[in-house]
Amino acid sequence: MIRIFVPRDAAARAVGADKVAAAVEAEAKRLGQDLQLVRTGSRGLFWLEPMLEVETPQGRIAFGPVTAKDVPALFAAQFGATHPLHLGKPEEIPFLKRQTRITFARCGIVDPLSIADYRAHGGYLGLAKARSLGAAGTVEEVTKSGLRGRGGAGFPTGIKWKTVADTAADRKYIVCNADEGDSGTYDDRMIMEGDPFALIEGMTIAGFAVGATKGYVYIRSEYPDAIRTMERAVSLAEAEGLLGEAAGFEIEIRVGAGAYVCGEETALLDSLEGKRGQVRAKPPLPAHKGLFGKPTVINNLVSLATVPAILADGAKHYADLGMGRSRGTMPIQIAGNVKQGGLFEAAFGLTLGQIVDEIGGGTHSGRPARAVQVGGPLGAYFPRALFDTPFDYEAFAAKDGLIGHGGVVVFDDTVDMAHQARFALEFCAIESCGKCTPCRIGSTRGVETMDKVMRGERAEANLALIEDLCQTLKFGSLCALGGFTPYPVMSAIKHFPEDFKRPPLRVAAE
Amino acid sequence: MSAAWNDAEATDIVRRHKSKEGALLPILHDLQAAFGCVSPAAIRLVAHELNLTRAEVHGVVSFYHDFREQPAGTHVLKVCRAEACQSMNGEKVAEAMLKRFGVNWGDTTPDGHLTVEATYCLGLCSCAPSAMLDGQPMARLTPESIDEIAREVGR
Ligand SMILES: Cc1cc2nc3c(=O)[nH]c(=O)nc-3n(C[C@H](O)[C@H](O)[C@H](O)COP(=O)(O)O)c2cc1C
Ligand code: SF4
Ligand code: FES
Repeated sequence: MIRIFVPRDAAARAVGADKVAAAVEAEAKRLGQDLQLVRTGSRGLFWLEPMLEVETPQGRIAFGPVTAKDVPALFAAQFGATHPLHLGKPEEIPFLKRQTRITFARCGIVDPLSIADYRAHGGYLGLAKARSLGAAGTVEEVTKSGLRGRGGAGFPTGIKWKTVADTAADRKYIVCNADEGDSGTYDDRMIMEGDPFALIEGMTIAGFAVGATKGYVYIRSEYPDAIRTMERAVSLAEAEGLLGEAAGFEIEIRVGAGAYVCGEETALLDSLEGKRGQVRAKPPLPAHKGLFGKPTVINNLVSLATVPAILADGAKHYADLGMGRSRGTMPIQIAGNVKQGGLFEAAFGLTLGQIVDEIGGGTHSGRPARAVQVGGPLGAYFPRALFDTPFDYEAFAAKDGLIGHGGVVVFDDTVDMAHQARFALEFCAIESCGKCTPCRIGSTRGVETMDKVMRGERAEANLALIEDLCQTLKFGSLCALGGFTPYPVMSAIKHFPEDFKRPPLRVAAE
Repeated sequence: MSAAWNDAEATDIVRRHKSKEGALLPILHDLQAAFGCVSPAAIRLVAHELNLTRAEVHGVVSFYHDFREQPAGTHVLKVCRAEACQSMNGEKVAEAMLKRFGVNWGDTTPDGHLTVEATYCLGLCSCAPSAMLDGQPMARLTPESIDEIAREVGR
């Protein structure tokens, strides 16, 4: 028998993984070879996707990027080292070897819909540990690990949990924020598609720790694969009694409806309640009055999915990694114009330059990397001059940037930074929830003003107007959609001033 | 393909979810899946069943980009216009697509075969530029991918 692994991850499917899987089945059948085909998540080496792995006595051996046409030759070569797509052991590929995989330890290895596989790879050890520590002990352990929310704001997870645990109520909720609206990010998606039980276990632990019996996973509608896999995983867990009444915790999957702002926690709660996804003023905090007015833990998916490993291996193991106040690991998502795009989980502290040039291998186009946007559409654009900035919450903040949800989008020297600044304002206008005037109307004025700058119309005066507008957005916005739009806009103007000095356009002759 | 409005079937859908907490979004999603859009008839029914005003339901429907008040074409192509895709020439590919199908963002071709919509990130950013055709992800798009899409949608 031959065991072959082909990812079912949406990005792998987007570049042909299903066709490869079908070709594998067809070829095995043609050869009369006994085959077990496992559809895993992705290892996150996306430039090598579709990456196929075959089980050998020495461990798995990878090939990639494979197309359906390559499959017969792979069989003919008996998946040997002579085949040009041979990559060797995946763990030995430098991109993977350099990582510290904690949250992503299983992703790409296990069958995402096999609880047996999940358990065989350390699953449910964290919950057992939580039960032995007790609820308060579990909260304490999460606090000691130094885990900070991976949704963007970096708020200490243990402290959030303690607030909910200490608030008395007849009903409490755990809400997983799987809205993942930030462009350039996809680690939530990868876990849902590649290791969904890690999230289920993490939410179950959270429920146990704070005394909640119901959890919701709010997934953006742009992720149909993730929604399907999560729904399947929840019913499998129910069938095994790991979720549901007997388990003392149930989970329901809810689907967003295409609104970026619904990733903001209070807007998400309103959306779950069946309302327009508008941002609520704080206080009250969701930890005190959250979903349906009840105390609610709302955490990013990666925060929750990391908890089982933290408990299983102990808080210290996690807290020993990282730098400064950024403890543990961060799944860095390297994307855009980059040679080796993919998920790189590592302890905090790598410099941006290491991430882009060494790990990412420079640009895909081969031209110089000119700008890198870190932290999604509300993150700053960094020039090469800031490539020595370590990946760490405080270090990025000190340079007027943010790491957000860990997305790193690389642009080569063909990028027009005025265009990028304009896009940031346009995105704010499209996605504004409408509550604050600067965000709702100012953003549109900003786009118009940027158009003038780009046409070379009184560029200096108009740039001054944009700066004013950014000040208003920064201080007159209820949430970070309006409040952080100045990051991409102002960083582009500050670090790439040459792109904003445009000769006046000549009036086109009729 | 979505069916024509059917009051009984729609009522069934609403009642299936009605007892859930915050049932409105799941209801609207399922109604749209069944009937292709959230029509005024759907809004009237949901308002009645959930004891909301029509204005309240309409307010929710109009807030979210996903809900349509008119049915889309037979095929729906969502093209990512966000940053990682921009960095890989996504805008050029997107423009070529619009030109090829003779539509603007959000439009449906006159024969009703295809609706092309903008979207902001599909989570396929390491394989940019990307799109989604009827829920199926596609990435590393090139101008040649457009012909492939055209074949799939029969244009
Ligand atoms: C406009 C906006 C969009 C956001 N989108 C997301 C998102 O998609 N996913 C997420 O986890 N957090 C998002 N956040 C952050 C959440 O408000 C919140 O901080 C997070 O869910 C808390 O979880 P954590 O502590 O585990 O990070 C967003 C915030 C803002 C202002
Ligand atoms: S800043 Fe914008 S998105 Fe945020 S609450 Fe105000 S209007 Fe809504
Ligand atoms: S930016 Fe296009 S898929 Fe993420």
